[in-house]
Amino acid sequence: MTGRGGAAPKLAPYAFVAPAVVLFLLVFALPIAYTVYLSLFRTEVKGLGLGKGSRSEVFVGLDNYARALTDPELGAGALRVLGYGAILVPTMLGLALVFALLLDEERVRARGFSRIAIFLPYAVPGVIASLLWGFLYLPGTSPFNQALRELSLPGVDLLSPTGIYFALANIAVWGGVGYNMVVLYTALRSIPRDLYEAARIDGCTPWQVAMRIKIPLLAPALVLTSLFSVIATLQVFAEPTTLAPLTNSLSLTWTPLMKVYQDAFGRGDLYSAAATSVLIAVVMFVISFGLLRVTRSRAFGGER
Amino acid sequence: MRLDIAKKALALGLGLALLAGCGGGAEQSADGPVELSFWAWAPDIDKVVDKWNAAHPETKVVFSKQAQGDDLVTKLLTSAKGGNPPDLAQVEFQALPTLVSNDVLADISEGAASAKDKFAPGIWDQVTLGGSGVYAVPQDSGPMMFYYRADLFEQYGLKVPTTWDEYAQTARDLRAKAPDKFLGTFSSNDPGWFAGLAQQAGASWWGVDGDTWKVSVDDAATKKVAQYWSGLVAEGAVDKSPMYTPEWNKALNDGTQIGWLSAVWAPGVLKGNAESTQGKWAMAPMPQWDAAKPRTGNWGGSTTAVTAGSKKQKAATEFALWLNTDPAAVEALVKECGIYPAATSAQEALSQPPAFFPNQPDFYTLAAKIAATSSGFTWGPNVNVTYTAYKNAMAEAISAGGDLVPTLAKMQGATVDDMKANGFTVGG
Repeated sequence: MTGRGGAAPKLAPYAFVAPAVVLFLLVFALPIAYTVYLSLFRTEVKGLGLGKGSRSEVFVGLDNYARALTDPELGAGALRVLGYGAILVPTMLGLALVFALLLDEERVRARGFSRIAIFLPYAVPGVIASLLWGFLYLPGTSPFNQALRELSLPGVDLLSPTGIYFALANIAVWGGVGYNMVVLYTALRSIPRDLYEAARIDGCTPWQVAMRIKIPLLAPALVLTSLFSVIATLQVFAEPTTLAPLTNSLSLTWTPLMKVYQDAFGRGDLYSAAATSVLIAVVMFVISFGLLRVTRSRAFGGER
Repeated sequence: MRLDIAKKALALGLGLALLAGCGGGAEQSADGPVELSFWAWAPDIDKVVDKWNAAHPETKVVFSKQAQGDDLVTKLLTSAKGGNPPDLAQVEFQALPTLVSNDVLADISEGAASAKDKFAPGIWDQVTLGGSGVYAVPQDSGPMMFYYRADLFEQYGLKVPTTWDEYAQTARDLRAKAPDKFLGTFSSNDPGWFAGLAQQAGASWWGVDGDTWKVSVDDAATKKVAQYWSGLVAEGAVDKSPMYTPEWNKALNDGTQIGWLSAVWAPGVLKGNAESTQGKWAMAPMPQWDAAKPRTGNWGGSTTAVTAGSKKQKAATEFALWLNTDPAAVEALVKECGIYPAATSAQEALSQPPAFFPNQPDFYTLAAKIAATSSGFTWGPNVNVTYTAYKNAMAEAISAGGDLVPTLAKMQGATVDDMKANGFTVGG
């Protein structure tokens, strides 16, 4: 190394870092900055708006933010997402935890097959999953309803205004359990086996081992999966957008992200869409950060 | 959040390029063959373009296949902002004002105004936006008609309704005779369909008065239509699930839906969605509000427009006129693309019924008669806002029990608010 000149050791770190920094600036920081910039403007039309040059871009400061914050539809959308998340996150993580614990049991057979079978729906893109489930939900095409009719029971309409929350949560549970299960299962496998041995010698039943050893040691993984689930919930877009044309129960602005999409491409108003997305990003950041903070003592208990 | 970073970056880059390359929209001097780019989505329209290219070696049209409808509007807006639009594009009637308002389309009245007589007045009004400019040449139209299952009508002893009162009665009679069947559905998902029904009743949602827009989505005619359907939905005489869902396709196929208020292009949809019912459907004029003065509305239909950014507007206008008024071109459009031509003479020249309607040999004769009763309609610069409001508010109203009239006030409110927020001059 000595013969290659003195400059290299100083430059090398920068050279290594450069690609990441350039990419970060180009595809992350720059678009965010541009979004923030856009959110401070809007177009202004003069008169009929049909002549040449009748549209101009004007600076409006925080006007777009004020309008987004006072828009009742955005708040209502956020509430709907909360309701949806309240059904989705506990169900999905609960099931993932149960499956992970079951698979970790020594006596389980066909472990590989079960793992794949539970994980597989995760590989189906959200739009396609929603189309598939849409078929199963529509009262006219639903095989469940056909079966119920055969038994002369009344049919269920999962696309009713209340049912739709469960219908949407079900799609996400179906797709998400496998992924979370794999994360939890991997964490379980990394727990030293001798802990279980010691517990057994102390007379623990498998149930007690699960409750008193496995779950507490899983806490970091549980926090991580919860955080990811909450973020995914807040970003829900593909499922309701795909189901919306099938039912009267979903509006095109059902979730905040759907509203952003409608503003940008339905109304052609990139400016207010930019403002709303900045707001959503800030809220997401606060929630994620808050969640991490609250659970930090549990999640990273050993590392402080 | 990350919706279209690439697009924005592109727009930014292209915007700079535009600034640099701007100035002087003069016609390109014509040495060598002129090349025109053309964006459209009609199936197999490239075969019609080939005909033009074979006959006009001095002007070559380069066709590029696009996604239908709203996607193309977004793409046109973006490309125009970037200073790189195609010379010609297929544009739906209701998107014209939006594009004109964004300065995307050229006024081609100089070359195209003379084509006025070739189209029904109701169609022509839609490309002039009620003013003196001409922003596109009409290509196809979608006069609305009533489609019904002739075999099932006979089986249940129903008569084809000629007025809306009869339609309501027929719907009830059918429910009484076959409780699992419907004469039609009120769809919250198809604002274009509702707009067609409103046009038939004489609605006028937008209008231009000097330098001021007039907006009346909740006018008396539209209220009449909403009131009428509220009754049918509330009493369960018609279905209330959206059209174009797997469930609806199945209902058309198995005879659960035995009628469809649709447009002249319906045979193509029925063939795709309910192939097993070939030859069982028949077409009749729309039920009427006033049987003495038959009218219909339009659902769908498109035009060929020349862009403001094109440097070859004159040649492009010639092509747009040829494509939609030349008898050979229009015949090819009908044959290759399966459209219903907007040009009146071409409508009358259609002799064979659609393949899906072998039982109705006079299909197109009747269609031409119906098309002649189309109501005129002026579209506004933010139809998309009105349409979104329709979808959201109608869906909510139907779920809540079926009073559809308050929905119109919401549509009106959303439309006017959006226009005012953008700075349009909107009058009372």
